[in-house]
Amino acid sequence: MIKIAPYIFTAPFIIYFLVFFIYPITQTFWQSLCQQTGFSAPKFAGLANYKLLIDDYFIMAVQNSAIYTFFTCLILVPLPLLLAVLLDSKFVAKADAFKGALFIPALTSVVMAGLFFKYAFSSNPAALMNTLIARLGIPAQGWLEKRLTTWIVLVVFCVWKWLGVNIVYYLSALQTISRDLYEAATIDGANAWQRFLHITVPGVKPTIIYVLTISIYGGFSMFAEAFTLFNSARTPGDIGATIVSYIYAQGFNRNNFGLASAAGITLLLGVLIINIIQLSITDPVGKSDT
Amino acid sequence: MKKKKIGLTFISTLIIAVFSIIALMPFFFLLISSFKPGSEMIRNGLQFKFDFENYRLVNYGLLGTERDGIYIKWYINSILIMVLQVGTGLFFSSLVGYGLAKYRFKGRNLIFGLVLVVMMVPVEILILPLYKEINSFNMIDTYPGVLLPFIVPATGVFFFRQFASGLPSEIMESGRIDGCGEFGIFFRLMMPIMLPAYGAMTILLAMGSWNAMVWPMIVLRTSEMQTLPIGLQSLLTPYGNNYDMLLSGAVMSVLPIMIIFLLNQKTFIAGMAAGSVKG
Repeated sequence: MIKIAPYIFTAPFIIYFLVFFIYPITQTFWQSLCQQTGFSAPKFAGLANYKLLIDDYFIMAVQNSAIYTFFTCLILVPLPLLLAVLLDSKFVAKADAFKGALFIPALTSVVMAGLFFKYAFSSNPAALMNTLIARLGIPAQGWLEKRLTTWIVLVVFCVWKWLGVNIVYYLSALQTISRDLYEAATIDGANAWQRFLHITVPGVKPTIIYVLTISIYGGFSMFAEAFTLFNSARTPGDIGATIVSYIYAQGFNRNNFGLASAAGITLLLGVLIINIIQLSITDPVGKSDT
Repeated sequence: MKKKKIGLTFISTLIIAVFSIIALMPFFFLLISSFKPGSEMIRNGLQFKFDFENYRLVNYGLLGTERDGIYIKWYINSILIMVLQVGTGLFFSSLVGYGLAKYRFKGRNLIFGLVLVVMMVPVEILILPLYKEINSFNMIDTYPGVLLPFIVPATGVFFFRQFASGLPSEIMESGRIDGCGEFGIFFRLMMPIMLPAYGAMTILLAMGSWNAMVWPMIVLRTSEMQTLPIGLQSLLTPYGNNYDMLLSGAVMSVLPIMIIFLLNQKTFIAGMAAGSVKG
């Protein structure tokens, strides 16, 4: 019984893995090599889809996803660390209440938050953001009508939603650093910045890598945010296109399964490469194997 | 020295307060606007001015009456799907995670490796083939269609495996001596000890289910079957005439979570952070 039991315990995952992971992935791979529209029979076409993929729309989507990912990482990796250090420092009064407030955006659905960002960044000169920038002497913007400002809205959206979660990750990592290290460094004459750089940063390094990985992952698979802002997978001039919205639009709006699958496989390869790099740095399997 | 400390406290608290206000701002504005005619926001965007003249409670009344109480249906659908998703997710992921942690068997490392692979691949890549698969099962526009592709959440398996690894195996030994079967040991002895893990995972899975948008939007086609996020999103059509319930509906959809969060802030944050446990 002890011999079979573990296989019965893990059977649900194995079945799940075969039916809802391996099967759809092989389907995607096969379809990326076929010409197919709608529910007609697929016809093998080699790498034709991958060649077709290199068009303006897809390049636009990849660029948008890459730029979005870059800027969300640039903000969402260091900023929450600094805020977590502040919250942890005893210099902040009522730190627990602030932690709660900062965390609240993570509780909301993208749809609900999207309503705010869509209409706060409305092109109307009297809308929230336009009145704010008017005070700085900047003319009213049609935020979701241009590529650059669309990036800004999406990055602000993402930072707003995930800042608090990343602060929580960093806060729990900070608890693992021994206070003695800081005291010893202070006695040796290290200032606050030096202590941050030489004790805090190395101490939370695994969490920095973790936050960076989920930010890259989230960045390249972003779709819901853009969808709620434009209420469609297609956007005028493709300014809000992302890799996943490309997959969605090609697959569900145009029934072009071959192209959508080729885009999916491309994204899959990209994500796997990033993850292999990350795994080779942190090695969660080896470390946690008991 | 004391003066310097007060200065530091002031500046640090101010910085954190500014970020906290930004975090809460959307809720404040959506709440205020939810008492105004919905078309006002659609046309003019969210605004600073607070003219309390047009304020009305009718937007909240509409939630119960508009389109034969469609909002109530979305609410019930969301709750049902959440309960089913959390229930099945907890059951299967704890079963698998425990099996991986507490038994040494051939293929154990391979299966755990596959769990990590599933965690790494964005599910968005699979929406098309999953849609076709669910379609071939005749499960479009059904709850099983929403649930099945996520029935064994890999994050949960990973989390329960980590948690169970830290539990003493002596309990299992004494169970065997007492004549308990392997499943009896799991259900009667180990499950109660794993309660904290179930608590954390419940929060993580419930949040994910309640706020899920992309996959339910693909599967649930008719309005009567939809959940809150996609139902609310569907009100945003250019020809919509239900804008008045858009914001009141959004506020009511987030209110229960807010209340539960404010009552159990520590558990909640620990639960959400549980998704990040590594090594």
